[in-house]
Amino acid sequence: MTQHHPSAETEAHEAAADDRTMFGFWVYLMTDLLMFAVLFAVYAVLRNSTAGGPDGAELFSPTLALINTLLLLTSSFTIGIALLAARNGLKQQALVWFGLTFLLGTAFLGVELYEFYEIMHEGYNLRTSAFLSSFFVLVGTHGVHITSGLLWLGVTMYYVAKRGLNRSMVRKLSLLSLFWHFLDIVWIFIFTVVYLMAFV
Amino acid sequence: MKEFLIGNLTGKSLPHEWHTILGTVTFVLSLIAVVAFLTYTKRWKWLWTEWLTSVDPKKIGIMYFLVAAFMLVRGGIDVIMIWLQQALASGSDGYLSAQHFQEIFTAHGNIMVFFVAMGLIFGLINFIVPLQIGARDLASPFMNTLGFWLYVAGAVMINMFFIFGGEYAATGWLAVAPLSGKEFSPGVGVDYMIWSLQISGVGTTLGAINFIMTILKMRAPGMSLLKMPLFTWGSLCSMVMAVSVFPLLTATLFLLFFDRYLGTHFFTTSGGGNPMMYTNLIWMWGHPEVYILMLPSFGVFSEIVSTFSRKPIAFYKSNVVGMIGISVVALLVWLHHFFTMGAGAEVNSAFGVATMIIAIPTTVLLFSWIATMYKGKIQFTTPMLWFLGFVAIFALGGISGVLLAIPPVDFQLHNSLFLVAHFHSTVIGGVLFGIFAGLNYWFPKIAGFRLNERIGRYAVWTWIVGFFVAFTPLYILGLMGATRRLDKYDDGNGWQGFYTMALVGGLIICVAVALQVVQIIASYMQKRRLIDESGDPWNGRTLEWSVPSPAPSYNFAVIPKVTTRDAFYEMKLRGLPKPHYKAIHMPHDTPAGIYISVFAFLVGFGFVWNIIWLYVLSLLAIIIILINKTFKEDSEYTIPAEVVEKMETVRAEKMKAFIRTPDYSKEDMGLKEFVSTVFSWAWGLVGGKR
Repeated sequence: MTQHHPSAETEAHEAAADDRTMFGFWVYLMTDLLMFAVLFAVYAVLRNSTAGGPDGAELFSPTLALINTLLLLTSSFTIGIALLAARNGLKQQALVWFGLTFLLGTAFLGVELYEFYEIMHEGYNLRTSAFLSSFFVLVGTHGVHITSGLLWLGVTMYYVAKRGLNRSMVRKLSLLSLFWHFLDIVWIFIFTVVYLMAFV
Repeated sequence: MKEFLIGNLTGKSLPHEWHTILGTVTFVLSLIAVVAFLTYTKRWKWLWTEWLTSVDPKKIGIMYFLVAAFMLVRGGIDVIMIWLQQALASGSDGYLSAQHFQEIFTAHGNIMVFFVAMGLIFGLINFIVPLQIGARDLASPFMNTLGFWLYVAGAVMINMFFIFGGEYAATGWLAVAPLSGKEFSPGVGVDYMIWSLQISGVGTTLGAINFIMTILKMRAPGMSLLKMPLFTWGSLCSMVMAVSVFPLLTATLFLLFFDRYLGTHFFTTSGGGNPMMYTNLIWMWGHPEVYILMLPSFGVFSEIVSTFSRKPIAFYKSNVVGMIGISVVALLVWLHHFFTMGAGAEVNSAFGVATMIIAIPTTVLLFSWIATMYKGKIQFTTPMLWFLGFVAIFALGGISGVLLAIPPVDFQLHNSLFLVAHFHSTVIGGVLFGIFAGLNYWFPKIAGFRLNERIGRYAVWTWIVGFFVAFTPLYILGLMGATRRLDKYDDGNGWQGFYTMALVGGLIICVAVALQVVQIIASYMQKRRLIDESGDPWNGRTLEWSVPSPAPSYNFAVIPKVTTRDAFYEMKLRGLPKPHYKAIHMPHDTPAGIYISVFAFLVGFGFVWNIIWLYVLSLLAIIIILINKTFKEDSEYTIPAEVVEKMETVRAEKMKAFIRTPDYSKEDMGLKEFVSTVFSWAWGLVGGKR
């Protein structure tokens, strides 16, 4: 498609596509944020509806939540570095930092699953009470997002390794990093609303 | 093993009642008919490459119209069944069981809102918005076809209960909890509803994101926001509202689904759940939804009033501010749907006042239209008649709405037929008439010939008469104390006459719809005479009229430069510039949207019947298709400048050749001529003369 055109026109065409995609992705993030807003509102309404079961203070471990917060914040940092490297065309460096992000994300997911396992091990699950329903669904939805982020990250790394860093790949990586930062922000709210408030 | 393979499906799930058997037979027969037709005429490949996989928003728009028209008939049959039952069931059981009656009105609501109104609105936006803003395609053509096919998957899903399961939700169109929970609705009906709305709702969100991107980022050079045509403005407001509330619907339906499938306690009466929260959440989506449908319609009216009054729209900026005002306030009034739930006097009055405030921006729009008509040379074409019908009906709906916004009054009228009559006045008048007006107005751009005016007028008047005959008795019944959704009532109430009148009105509306179909067929028969050779049959003002009819696949051979509002009208005054052709980039067609939607449907079906392997595999398939699609390079092709020029010339030549043998037979045919033409054609067919 590029052969027929003067490169300035192609450049303008691509820049417009970048601009559009980026904008559209922001709008998508807003819709996703609204889904989370519903889940947060539901959690806020139901957090005291324990139906005779345990409440947050009994079940949550502040240590695990803190570890997870640190893991995710660090991964936000590493994906930032990775994107800078990608924008400068440094393929190897980018892959290393993206790889590190992937590991941190996986670790986060592991800790989260461990936490769920612990709660269920004590005999409670999302059927126990409205409080636990909303807890599992809110935190679980975030976890599902992290999982899809990891999948996206893995697949993109594979294609970067195979095809190198062309323009459309860098565009995809920018979206991915936006998505990752977005999940980080949502987690900050989860950390505050779910975990910290349980111990107030 | 059996449970693993087919989940909860059993022999009992197969059709065994008269209505499910009828539905299934109809479904299978029409499927066979379509397959036979396509095979006989060897059209499979044509259908697949030209239509189904197309990313052209104009073709997608037409496909939206077709599906929505089909669903309009489907939902219309429901209405007649409802009113027939109510006309019969005075002191008796009527011909429907209570359960069946409830399923019908639930399906009626879901179908009319999600698959008729939404489909028609999206069809219109797909077709017209890119043409109005001078764009060749959409920001993400793939997202658009995906959105459309998800809508189709939802439409199929809502009809699936005929074949598997035999029951639809009997909960009312919003599936209010705890009635929709597993405890009170143990069957698959509510699951079908959840997944139908879920799948099509995701399609709506995708479509809305795409149109926001398109309208904000792809306008022709020079078209600033305040030079945009008002239909585009209405669509933009509507789409912004859609992305603001459809995620709420998705989240809420997921929570309801978790309650039913995983046994969580969000909206249950036990385990600390809160059913009132469901009512809040669903109406936070539900109320704005009405305005999502209405705002593009308002935009249509602005275009039509301006064109047929031969004047630019009056108070353009107020009109825009009015639409934005409606969008903002509409997000803040949801609680008026349940004043009776007991939020307290303060909360109720706040929402009551907010509701009444909406009347102000709406009136601003009305004044803008009146001022446009003032001293204009008004032509009473069919689109204009639809507009006038809208004014009459919508005024009634608006006034009864302001009445209902007063909490003490609402306590009397809540859930009565008065309310039913109110929202049908607003939605039929405001949404449906707007779309019909728009279809009449833009039909030349869609098909290349305009619609028959004479039969069009009959259709408008029949619709208006039918509407008042059907809904006036409902207003009266509501004031007499009839609640909505009654499958039978006491003979001593004296309601039967009114219900019968409503049924008669419904039948008149059926005649009106039939007339609309006749209008299209008659226009097709006379298309040589009705042909739109200029591309500008109404002396239009906006850019869509600057391109030939029907619009070419790339919309604009040359992207126009916009300097004023009513850009095309100005161009006509100043003389059109000589075209200087450049290469055009167009997106490739893709079947990925269809594939994903098929699997999305299977995911839903798997969850409805708890077939684990089906939904797991289908989800995986969706992920794989998405990855493949995303990382496929080069999804555009280029039409070189010379080819564009050649295509444009060939097209003009063809058009000339076509017009050289015009058919000036009289005027638009009337019903008599239509019937006699059809009969003589059929006679010829039987006699083998053709």
